[in-house]
Amino acid sequence: MKEIIIISGKGGTGKTIIVASLAALAESKVMVDCDVDAADLYLLLRPITQEMQEFWSGQKAVIDRDKCTQCGLCQDMCRFNAINEFQVDTISCEGCGFCYNICPEEAITMQENLSGRWFTSDTRYGPLVHARLGIAQENSGKLVAVVRQHAKLIAEKQRLNYILTDGPPGIGCPVISSISGVNLAVIVTEPTLSGIHDLDRVIGVCHHFTVPVKVCINKFDLNEDNTRQIETYCHNQGIEVASRIPFDNVVTEALVKGLPVVEHSDNIVSQRIKALWKSIAD
Amino acid sequence: MIIAVASGKGGTGKTLVATSLALSLVNKESVQFVDCDVEEPNAHIFLNPSFSYKEVVSIPVPHLDEAKCTYCGKCAEVCAYNAIAVFTERVLIFPELCHGCGACSYLCPEDALSEINKAMGIAEIGQSKELDFIHGKLTVGEAMATPVIREVKKHINREKLTIIDVAPGTSCPVVEAVKGSDFCLLVTEPTPFGLSDLALAIDMVKELNIPCGVVVNRDGTGETNIEEHCLKEDIPILLRIPLDIDIARLYSRGIALVVGKPHWGEEFLRLYNDIERIAGDERDHNY
Repeated sequence: MKEIIIISGKGGTGKTIIVASLAALAESKVMVDCDVDAADLYLLLRPITQEMQEFWSGQKAVIDRDKCTQCGLCQDMCRFNAINEFQVDTISCEGCGFCYNICPEEAITMQENLSGRWFTSDTRYGPLVHARLGIAQENSGKLVAVVRQHAKLIAEKQRLNYILTDGPPGIGCPVISSISGVNLAVIVTEPTLSGIHDLDRVIGVCHHFTVPVKVCINKFDLNEDNTRQIETYCHNQGIEVASRIPFDNVVTEALVKGLPVVEHSDNIVSQRIKALWKSIAD
Repeated sequence: MIIAVASGKGGTGKTLVATSLALSLVNKESVQFVDCDVEEPNAHIFLNPSFSYKEVVSIPVPHLDEAKCTYCGKCAEVCAYNAIAVFTERVLIFPELCHGCGACSYLCPEDALSEINKAMGIAEIGQSKELDFIHGKLTVGEAMATPVIREVKKHINREKLTIIDVAPGTSCPVVEAVKGSDFCLLVTEPTPFGLSDLALAIDMVKELNIPCGVVVNRDGTGETNIEEHCLKEDIPILLRIPLDIDIARLYSRGIALVVGKPHWGEEFLRLYNDIERIAGDERDHNY
């Protein structure tokens, strides 16, 4: 079983478009959407949900107004400025429980927090595990770990060859949680100065966690000088550029139709995505 | 006034909008640009600030004085993040799980835990012509962006007009960057992905109780009906930037839209006037 994740550093470089096409190309696989706070893969894979689970994670402090004597200790000690006027701001509360532990009146309780939901679904490409983090919730990294673990179970049970994962943007907690222990991270970048800057940082994270990396340059013809710069950079780092995909309107057309681009057209974009799959499948 | 520029979906043009909005206003207002996308900060590429001050952002994590520890286990019991494990004669501390709440050191009955600083990233302050510039950078390999964002935001000068560039998504780093703002601009694109993530971003801003407006970037792509959703949510579309390969090429070279195409300056001034009016109405409404 091979676990492949598509990440990018910078957002909006084309991760989800590519993952949907890989889902259509690969055989014997389960798909995972680890971008739990802006999940979009479902729009292209059109899942039928088989099972929904609640994701309870972390706690929030609640002050009992009848017991509170307004001594102010909790407000003084909270490092997240989550208590104002003897009320808990649930958005700022990080659930540390310091206030609960020190309140002399035992007026504070910690309540379990429903921070999202996750789903096991069927798609015409195979099973999909995806999630939705609640609005303004924390612990996206833990939710990522839950969906990855479940996808692994499905892959083992059904003896599937691949786990194909759509990753989150950035380099922080959900990304680290998504990439740890995968067999390959494919980084989708674009030839913009922002793309290059972010590529360098996300490669750094992959190296930090010893995750093998390949790069795919999307919209490579937008700025060919920058594309060459990325290729030189990758060459110097010993990283393979697995494919270069040109800018083409068929990508948006396919997106509007709700189809993976390889099923919408057989033009150069599809050919380059097929080349990418060939490079990363083994 | 503080204006946050957020999006839900990545790559819709937050930095493009935020930098051009700031540059259009420097002759009119005293402007401060704050890049809170600390995982992947990009605004400096477009604004070329020269930095004069750098500060290490750290959180306090526990440090054990073994000689005083009696292995009572209180610290592990109160830690909500499983960052401390206590065995019969051994204590393990996992600083990467620590949120820096301070409960363990405060509640240790033997006074065996002190706090030491663990670096998470940096904040840099500088100047880009008339513009004050601040950004944060999460150290590669660190997981928690929010302490860096919190630290960066401490440098906001409320006397000035502040523009905050926000990370994509709707979870904790985004909330940390957006909260406390007077207005939130949501940048989207007319594709199914753009609409889906805009809907999530609108829910997030409503949860924070901050007035917002929408910028449609790459207008003319995708045929997705952003208008219908905005109408339903009663949120105005304040600016449309067309799909234009020239704009994409300027962006690719790190050139701000209003620098490469100066006639956009007026559009951004008009955008700012609309934001001021809406934020003002909202304030009056609240009083």
